[in-house]
Amino acid sequence: MADIVIDRVVKEFGSFRALQEISLTVNDGEFVALLGPSGCGKTTLLRIIAGLEAQTSGRVVIGGRDVSDLAPRKRGLAMVFQNYAVFPHMTVFENVAFGLRMQKAPQAEVKRRVERAASLLHIESYLDRYPAKLSGGQRQRVAVARALAVEPAVLLMDEPLSNLDALLRLEMRTELKAVLREAGTTTIYVTHDQTEAMGLADRIAVMYGGKIDQIGSPLDIYATPATRFVGSFIGSPPMNFIKVRCSQGTARIGDAALPCPSAGTEMELGLRGEDAILSPSGSGIPFDVRVVEPMGSHLLLTGSIDGQLARIVAPPTAKVNAGQRVSLDVDPTRVTWIDSTTGRVVARD
Amino acid sequence: MPARTSWIPYALIAPSVVFLGALFLVPLVQTIWLSFSAGEGLSLDNYQRMAGDLNFSLAVKNTFLLTLVVVPLQVVLALGMATMVTKLDKGRDLVLWVLTIPLGISDLAAGLAWLALLQNTGYLNSALYALGLIQGPTGWLSQETPVALFIAIMLAELWRATAIVLVILIAGLQLIPKEFSEAAEIFGAKPWTRFTRITLPLLKPSLQSALILRTVLAFEVFAVVYALGGRNFPVLVGEAYVWQNDNQNYGVAASYAVLIMVISLAATAVYLRALRTRPEQLP
Repeated sequence: MADIVIDRVVKEFGSFRALQEISLTVNDGEFVALLGPSGCGKTTLLRIIAGLEAQTSGRVVIGGRDVSDLAPRKRGLAMVFQNYAVFPHMTVFENVAFGLRMQKAPQAEVKRRVERAASLLHIESYLDRYPAKLSGGQRQRVAVARALAVEPAVLLMDEPLSNLDALLRLEMRTELKAVLREAGTTTIYVTHDQTEAMGLADRIAVMYGGKIDQIGSPLDIYATPATRFVGSFIGSPPMNFIKVRCSQGTARIGDAALPCPSAGTEMELGLRGEDAILSPSGSGIPFDVRVVEPMGSHLLLTGSIDGQLARIVAPPTAKVNAGQRVSLDVDPTRVTWIDSTTGRVVARD
Repeated sequence: MPARTSWIPYALIAPSVVFLGALFLVPLVQTIWLSFSAGEGLSLDNYQRMAGDLNFSLAVKNTFLLTLVVVPLQVVLALGMATMVTKLDKGRDLVLWVLTIPLGISDLAAGLAWLALLQNTGYLNSALYALGLIQGPTGWLSQETPVALFIAIMLAELWRATAIVLVILIAGLQLIPKEFSEAAEIFGAKPWTRFTRITLPLLKPSLQSALILRTVLAFEVFAVVYALGGRNFPVLVGEAYVWQNDNQNYGVAASYAVLIMVISLAATAVYLRALRTRPEQLP
């Protein structure tokens, strides 16, 4: 078992700084997702942890051992690649056995551990087939089984589900969570899919522009984003940002007044679509509905607050029509205040 | 597909069929026919005359020896060079271009270039003389120095024709996604193991193409040998040339041509079988 300490890791490609002093600690047995849009540096960070890429500066410590300058094979980890990288010229059995063969494990041991990993991932019946004969989902299972067969202290996963179709992705996600929980492996999981990160991870590190904007539990990150970016990236629909003027601790939007932090005047009100309730009284934040989309479990209302785009989630039975002006009640404790100039969240007074 | 367009594919390949038929199949059949005809009717006289010739067994031996030594060396060299070229970050194209220059030189010109280096008054001897290693002009390419002559021909062939293997292998290496090697590395494979367990097996289709092409061409070796050794080092195509031009015996020359073709076809068949990639093992 092992914890992972990433200590001020910097990566430069020429003059471009892909990672700016990233520090992150992953506890033993923890599942951490690196979440961010493409180009944010999350895959680069994962490859540096794996040793496939060399950091410009900084250290990677796994289980108390500084592995910064070690070859990937000496770091004691396993990895699942985005396109699986299942060896086409080997049977499923040999693929799963690959790591054990490299460790020169005795044949009986190889067989036992391959069979165990295979049964965990439900691929026992394809062990003597070649990967070309398998579907994407099955190859994915082979790739995970290959990683688990070596019983690694650390498992790295690079967008392992992104090549699967939506339904299979949901199924594999659930299964992966159960399997990894059982294995108790320290896992770092790279994804750009926020639902994947929310569903799987103990903690999420949201990355943007080569930095970690916020790290925390899925619920923390959702409820109290640290930056405007985190709020906009997590959640569907994304958080609404309404520019308001704050004076003497009060922000006015239409008839409504909300207490706001006294830290600045040019503020943005971060509001989750489901944290606004259609007000029966008609006294609240005015919201001009432009489009109503019935989504089954809820209505998605798109319109504007004070001339600024906003998306609000309403109960499926709500009587709202496009073109109507409704008013919204907002619980002041559930809104986020963001400094317009820095994009960072400002603490409430 | 509508029935009325069904003639289109045939019409499109017709020019190539006519071309191949006129310039390849007809001469081929004629050659085979010629090799079996002596005097009146079919006979094996030409083949008996070929096999009975003093130089025949020497030519067979030399051709096979040259092929068996040169082709494996070329594959090993090309694998090393290809691995090196694909690892280059900068100047890759320039290096590849320099390495493939010999491909642009005709084999006779290549033979003559090496002759200029290796003949009695060539650059090699000048250098050796200047270094005090030899006393005067020394022959390397005569009948008295068969080993030196063989090495000279081998070097010239290596220099001249390794690049074609290199080009095919580089193309093949570029088709292998780097994740395979990375995955192997993560799971504990050292560089040599990665090469033998991952790269080589995945490179098999390209190796097969390169080996077929290179082996067939090696059995047809002629101009380099002719330039460096003349008939001091008889090879099959050289003998065919001699029977055709010096002896004006087209029948025996045709027998040589047919023999070379049979050897080439057999070698190709061996490679196709030994290095086949089963469809389920393709990436």
